[in-house]
Amino acid sequence: MTAALIGLPLFGAATLLLGGRRTNAWGHFFAVAMSASSFFVGIFLFIQMLGRSGEEREAGQHFFDWISVGTFHVPFGLHIDQLSMVFVLLITGVGTLIHIYSIGYMEHDPNRRRFFAYLNLFVAAMLLLVLADNYLLLYVGWEGVGLASYLLISFYQHKPSAAAAGKKAFIVNRVGDVGLSIAVMLMFVTFGTVTFEGVAAGAPEAAPSHVTWIGLALLLAACGKSAQFPLQSWLLDAMEGPTPVSALIHAATMVTAGVYLITRAHAIFDLSSTARTAVVTIGAITLLLGAFIGTAKDDIKKGLAGSTMSQIGYMILAAGLGPAGYVFAIFHLLTHGLFKAGLFLGAGSVMHGMNDDVNMRHYGALRTAMKITYATFGLGYLAIIGVPPFSGFWSKDEIIHAAFGQNIYIGLATLLGAGVTAFYMTRMMAMTFFGEARWEKGVHPHESPATMTAPMLILALGSAFGGLLLMFVGDIEGWLEPIVGIGHSDHAVSNTILIPVTLLVVLVGAGYGWMTYGRRPVPVVAPEHVSLLTRAARADAYGDALNEAVFMRPGQYLTRALVWFDSKAIDGTIGGLSAAIGGLSARGRKLQNGYARSYALTMLGGAVLIAFVLLLVRL
Amino acid sequence: MNPNNYLVLAAILFTIGALGVLVRRNAIIVFMSVEMMLNAANLAFVAAARSTGTLDGQVAAFFVMVVAAAEVVVGLAIIVTIFRTRRSASIDEASLLKY
Repeated sequence: MTAALIGLPLFGAATLLLGGRRTNAWGHFFAVAMSASSFFVGIFLFIQMLGRSGEEREAGQHFFDWISVGTFHVPFGLHIDQLSMVFVLLITGVGTLIHIYSIGYMEHDPNRRRFFAYLNLFVAAMLLLVLADNYLLLYVGWEGVGLASYLLISFYQHKPSAAAAGKKAFIVNRVGDVGLSIAVMLMFVTFGTVTFEGVAAGAPEAAPSHVTWIGLALLLAACGKSAQFPLQSWLLDAMEGPTPVSALIHAATMVTAGVYLITRAHAIFDLSSTARTAVVTIGAITLLLGAFIGTAKDDIKKGLAGSTMSQIGYMILAAGLGPAGYVFAIFHLLTHGLFKAGLFLGAGSVMHGMNDDVNMRHYGALRTAMKITYATFGLGYLAIIGVPPFSGFWSKDEIIHAAFGQNIYIGLATLLGAGVTAFYMTRMMAMTFFGEARWEKGVHPHESPATMTAPMLILALGSAFGGLLLMFVGDIEGWLEPIVGIGHSDHAVSNTILIPVTLLVVLVGAGYGWMTYGRRPVPVVAPEHVSLLTRAARADAYGDALNEAVFMRPGQYLTRALVWFDSKAIDGTIGGLSAAIGGLSARGRKLQNGYARSYALTMLGGAVLIAFVLLLVRL
Repeated sequence: MNPNNYLVLAAILFTIGALGVLVRRNAIIVFMSVEMMLNAANLAFVAAARSTGTLDGQVAAFFVMVVAAAEVVVGLAIIVTIFRTRRSASIDEASLLKY
């Protein structure tokens, strides 16, 4: 059954890619069917799992020995437990909704079949990532989602910017993947095995320095895939891809793989406080950096991308808090998957109605033109800024609470992040749906078709009630406890004080956003003379400039120097040698003058020389 | 008789033959000079065989004779063919095969 989860979407991708144009007419329905049936298999497994009690819920399935060389054994096996289960439901559930949405969104695209094939490929790879029972097989899924992400970001290949964005994402992800491969190698050296079970069992006896290095390498991997500082720059460019891709891959599922990795490797992180501190620091930096970038973006998708970075920063931070935070990292991951996918689909719906214009300065007053989009986006908005009882409130408040339990500064960072989140989301809401219409000529906003609004409505319901359901009906803490454990750090600040303070900060952020963008008219062209901070945020906090100055330029100089050395020194030596031999032989050729008598003289001279040498040697 | 005298004679004959090959243009004369060099070598072989009392040198001389006979057949055939096509037996004129 577990294999069917992966097999169905993989079969869909293979059919659509190998079937070619013959599948054009029904390919997208087939892809939706494959994704949906995978979801139903997931539901079936979930119900089965509910029927068993805590400890028996883990189930593994060994298929064959994948690699068996000397002492190195890697099984090809799938493993499903409570943690994998929530991911399976998120991936296939949100994935199916986004498949359905894409039917409407990609209706007029000539390459729709290819798009759906890649979406199915992504779902299969992501499921492999969360169902693998060892780190090497997880790596296969990890690379698979990277490939699908690359293919989908650069889906509009005719746009050079999209092609470049795809390559950028791929290359930046490779940097993180080096971390994962190093971690896998270190695991093998340290524990002699790369299975989750073996690593968890061996971790307490291993040398603490090894465990710390493995943790840091895993963190590097998570930074690459989850767009965390310092590997965050690719996510903003990844918005070149079609909007459903941004919703599924770059908001709800793939970018959260780093959180999954850290949670899955909790045995490593539980033992190394250095690695945990690094994780928390990276999370705190990214949550502020992402929120900061989000405040100045006029591109609605890039604003949401900054927000995604920031929210994943929250999850990474929570995962770095140890047993006190794992559950809330996953909890926030789930609620974020719901509301951020909803927000992205809403953004896609707005773009659909505005002739694919992404500039929020050309929007305004869309609440009357697109009522359903307004309502669903609004619910997502309330969820992300953390207004009770919407889903983001429950998960984010728990993270802020746990962060204060760890360290007052980390707690303040999360609190500040919540305020900035409220500001930029209010700004986005005000610029898009309120104020006066700043539509460009010839744009007639209209509501999107039902295939697009239905998934948005479902996700909006999830944004509204998902948190409540998971918290109280689903008992997410009790559900995940057997896997990641649960720990209550000594909470310095109690929830009775913290919740009002958080809400106050959110209110201040939202109020400031409304005063700046809701009450005053928004200029159609972005103002030129702005503060240095705004400039920095518009330039993605100079992430690209930094990468270019530190890595790209020196790299280019290095390659130029190497090319110069290659062409001058190496080619020069070889070329000079051959030219010398060529010139010498052109001259030596003249010795062949055709006169037999001169050849005879040469022979005689040689014979005399040999005779002379022989005599000389004998003497 | 002193065997050295034979060797000196062989050296003189060889030198005359070598000079003939180098300075003469007529292919027939050059050919004769080559034969003279071969026979100078034969003389040295036989003289050496005689002075050491073994047969090795004589056997070598026989081989040289056989090879020389074969070489005469081929060489004369080539010279005749060249003469037929060019109406000349000068080896300096047959110098087309060059760089």
